[in-house]
Amino acid sequence: MANLKWWKIAAIVLVLYTIIAGFLMPVPTLPILHESIRNLYFHVTMWFAMIIILAVSVVHGVKFLNKGQRYNDIVSSEAAKVGILLGILGTTTGSLWANNTWGAWWVNDPKLNGAAISLLFYFAYLILRSALPDEDKRARVSAIYNIFAFTMMLVFIGVLPRMTDSLHPGNGGNPGFGGYDLDGNMKMIFYPAIIGWSLLAVWILSLRVGFKVLVEKIQNN
Amino acid sequence: MKKNILLLFFALLAAIAEGFAQNVEMADGLRSSGKIYVVVGVLCIIFIGIVVYLINLDRKLAQLKKEVEQLKN
Repeated sequence: MANLKWWKIAAIVLVLYTIIAGFLMPVPTLPILHESIRNLYFHVTMWFAMIIILAVSVVHGVKFLNKGQRYNDIVSSEAAKVGILLGILGTTTGSLWANNTWGAWWVNDPKLNGAAISLLFYFAYLILRSALPDEDKRARVSAIYNIFAFTMMLVFIGVLPRMTDSLHPGNGGNPGFGGYDLDGNMKMIFYPAIIGWSLLAVWILSLRVGFKVLVEKIQNN
Repeated sequence: MKKNILLLFFALLAAIAEGFAQNVEMADGLRSSGKIYVVVGVLCIIFIGIVVYLINLDRKLAQLKKEVEQLKN
């Protein structure tokens, strides 16, 4: 049990709390949304975790550019993969939610299209990596592309949807979710949920990095 | 007089419609009957299963790391 660090225990406890309290605690009664407002603890947190893990990816990319450590490149690429997983989960859960509240699996909403474009940027990141056989060149080129992809992701899902009309709360004159949960009950679950899911993503990332480091060690021997 | 009654009727109709519009359907019945706990339980079991799986992977990886270190020496 030496591997069970405090933050892994925190991840388990926080996500368990999210599942239990997220279903059983009272939520505001709103038309259209009904009980599906509880998706805030599961769908929205996927995107928060994705942004955090992709930030880890770009930070390690910049670190690689500074110091040239192989380890930083491994963390950067594995974090991008975990981020893509979270992005796919966010898109599919959002699609299901949209079908039951907005009436279609995919609506022409700037936030949805922005999220799709951002995912494409990161798919391109993986393709770019696999296209460069030289290890050092691959690490440098993909780290630079990572900075571009991360910036564009923030613009496409954080900035542009706020400048036009969007169905998502907090965009285009719509009040954010903060405007809905007047009783603060949801915040008590939402914020721990973000931390819990993000820590879980970091855990998966640490497993991927550990595996990749071992593979390279064996290959170099 | 007839006009007034008609107006009153429509006002009443509007009020009733308003009342229906405000009535947001929530899963109160599900919760009061206790069945929602079953779903929460199922989700908890699935999540704990995933956590056990992650812990197992973690342990296996640490063990493998040790073995690789020993091979190097």
